[in-house]
Amino acid sequence: MRQRLTLETAPGPLEHLPFRFERWTDGRVLVTNMVGEHVFLSEAEFSALADLRIADPALLRTLRAKHVVRQRGETLPVELLALKYRTQHHRLADFTGLHMFVVTLRCEHSCGYCQVSRRTVARTEFDMSAETAVAAVETAFRSPSPHLKFEFQGGEPLLNMEIVRLVTQEAQRRNRDEGRQLAFVIASNLALLDDEVLDFADEHDVYFSTSLDGPQDLHNGNRPRPGRDSWERTIAGVTRIRKRLGHHRVSALMTTTAASLGKVRDIIDCYLEQGFHDIFLRPVSPYGFALRPRQRRAYDMAAWIDFYREGMDYILELNARGTPVVETYSALVLKKMLTNANPGYVDLTSPAGIGIAALLYNYDGAVYASDEGRMLAENGDMTFRLGDLAEDSYDTLMTGAALLDPLEESYTGSAPQCSDCAFERWCGADPVFHHATTGDPVGRKPESAFCNRNMAVFRYLLDRYTADPHARELFHAWAAR
Amino acid sequence: MISLRGRALSATLDRPLTRELWRLVSDKIPGPDEAVIGSGGGTLNVVRSGGDAGPNTVVLPPHLDHLDGGDIIAVSPDGRRIEVLWRARSRHNSLLLTERCDNYCLMCSQPPKERDDSRLLRRASALVRMLPPTAHELGFTGGEPTLYGSGLVSLLRTATQCLPDTEFHLLSNGRRFADPGFTAEYASVRNPRLMVGIPLFGAEPSLHDYVVQARGAFDETVSGILALAQHRQRIEIRVVLQKNTAPAIVEIAGFIARNLPFVEKVALMGLEMTGLARANLAEVWTDPYEYRNELAEAALLLRHAGIRTDIYNHQLCVLPRRVWPLAVRSISDWKNEYLSACMSCSVQEACGGLFASSAKHRHSDHIAAIPHPTPRAREAISSAQPQDMVMPAPP
Repeated sequence: MRQRLTLETAPGPLEHLPFRFERWTDGRVLVTNMVGEHVFLSEAEFSALADLRIADPALLRTLRAKHVVRQRGETLPVELLALKYRTQHHRLADFTGLHMFVVTLRCEHSCGYCQVSRRTVARTEFDMSAETAVAAVETAFRSPSPHLKFEFQGGEPLLNMEIVRLVTQEAQRRNRDEGRQLAFVIASNLALLDDEVLDFADEHDVYFSTSLDGPQDLHNGNRPRPGRDSWERTIAGVTRIRKRLGHHRVSALMTTTAASLGKVRDIIDCYLEQGFHDIFLRPVSPYGFALRPRQRRAYDMAAWIDFYREGMDYILELNARGTPVVETYSALVLKKMLTNANPGYVDLTSPAGIGIAALLYNYDGAVYASDEGRMLAENGDMTFRLGDLAEDSYDTLMTGAALLDPLEESYTGSAPQCSDCAFERWCGADPVFHHATTGDPVGRKPESAFCNRNMAVFRYLLDRYTADPHARELFHAWAAR
Repeated sequence: MISLRGRALSATLDRPLTRELWRLVSDKIPGPDEAVIGSGGGTLNVVRSGGDAGPNTVVLPPHLDHLDGGDIIAVSPDGRRIEVLWRARSRHNSLLLTERCDNYCLMCSQPPKERDDSRLLRRASALVRMLPPTAHELGFTGGEPTLYGSGLVSLLRTATQCLPDTEFHLLSNGRRFADPGFTAEYASVRNPRLMVGIPLFGAEPSLHDYVVQARGAFDETVSGILALAQHRQRIEIRVVLQKNTAPAIVEIAGFIARNLPFVEKVALMGLEMTGLARANLAEVWTDPYEYRNELAEAALLLRHAGIRTDIYNHQLCVLPRRVWPLAVRSISDWKNEYLSACMSCSVQEACGGLFASSAKHRHSDHIAAIPHPTPRAREAISSAQPQDMVMPAPP
């Protein structure tokens, strides 16, 4: 007769694998392993984990399955953790994928929250030159990334289509030998969209990203232009792009202003009415013009967090009723929370995305580590100016202290209060934000709006994930996007 | 239910047969490895029950009267014992390569036997050479076929050469693949139509090792899966839902999604009430109705991880409707049956029914006719992009 093996949960002594934790106000404790897989424990279970006296077989099985503990001498959990960790970081080797071109500072809008020091339409000295454009394309192709995204910004890039065309054609010409995957996006308010622009976009597979703050009165209040018709022109532009190039060729971004607070349902309804099923509930950035003390627009992060929560409640309600809507930022976070994939979102990576995920080429040939870095420079702070296309080689740009120091200092794996944070694997380093708000790339996290916002998002998503099976299924679908 | 073996009603042979495998033909002059079914004239003649026992003739028992031209049978030297190895009209042909196994699963449908049965491997090799190149699919099962090591690889190589268009499915507990040398040899067959199906019964060692009754099995199986992935081999994971695994099914699905997302397919399977499952009924039986919500959550979690996921051996009436599109009519044609409750069911056509063994021995207490199919019942579930892991290169 064969000797029957019994269900023995742990035949040998246990030891901890690296884990971090965060207490919830209801007494539960969130535990995350070194790649960000999570489990909630009761206070008693958490004590048992801490003391390695785990009597409950189901708990022990979960903790072993989630690679929080192992039996002494086991190697498979470590191999699997290594594989997951390696997968989460593999984009680093690709290096810079996003290349932003500020083709002009001119704009016919005068938005109060604009991150850019806008210039009036007549001032052509704020346009990018052909020499600068070609040098920038050259630099972009120095990145080893198999995917290069060229994003045209402003000001309003449609005011300098000549350079948009030049960059696109030059990149495509170069790519005949290189064979990389190229993408082109014009970030535009669409007010100046015409058939010539559409012909060009059609011919070169160019996408559009526009600003839509919500309903007409809110949007036009946020985004003044002569004639007070920003909303009408944006919607007309969206319609033309969809009709000519297809529904998916234009996406929209919103910015939350003080006037938006309390109106999140209207904003989401507006997006749905306009056929957008992706919405990014985005707080205003503390940069450039937006940093100026115009108290009327100011609000603190706590107000935005309420705005986000109310919006997410509504989005989940809509999905449960059969209307698909995705909150883009939450979807990015969930991808990091529930898979090993790194969505490559520049503001939510560590090491930070500055320079090594994104580079910005300014109209005047200056190269910045990020869009926000350029805005600081417009206000006189040159910290994130990596150099100049006319003077500096790619190697100089990418190996200078202006880039390497903030990258190293802000790395969440070692930064104070990040390295022991249970959310670290899902979060990112934002040295530019912390420099702008506190004067150093690390900052103090309890006072950091970046940290407060992300903590609130993580907590909201986890609470819904844990409590609500419908949300859980939806979140898995979002994470898979 | 179709039977696959039996004793001849009579056998009139001049002398013992010198070959074991015979392809049945009915409308052509038989070759040296072919027997004539229905009428005489060959080296060996096979007639259905009620036919005349002429010279060199085997008379089939009634339950093997389904045999016809194109089928391949094994006949004992005295002509008395007949075994059906290939049914030309079935898409579910599989070959048992051995009854030996280094696992001893609580619910094994083919309980292992410890004896040398390597003749099964030799017979499989001969059979593969006799199959028509149009053969759609062939499964290799055990026992544990990888116990043969290089012997199995030779069979796979022969199969690949003889049948370049056939889909092959190998069923293995995966442990042998933890040996990098063996996995490299297996991968060297280089057959893109070969997939290995590997059962996983837990997200960590204790549960899996208990279910398969072998300590250390989980580590070897998962290491084996990783080694196969390093060699870019096609992998299916099979999870049988039974009393021990059903409560852990979401955890198992989560483990696969997070650690093994590169697998091509996951099969979530109901219990087949044969072999050890019947002997260990109290330890393995659980009503599928009890775990239906967890099964649905697990299946959708895997789908969202970009893994093709099918639910096998579950009746639609015990599955939440949102996972009906994942339920496969999988039960082999010679194994499935329906209950009287099924006869008035509006979705019987779409349902796999029950294993004959389940109908007889144990099935859900919640089998009930579904009066009206909902219009959304077969709506597709959106699938996600497959995810990959960044594997180190194979050693």
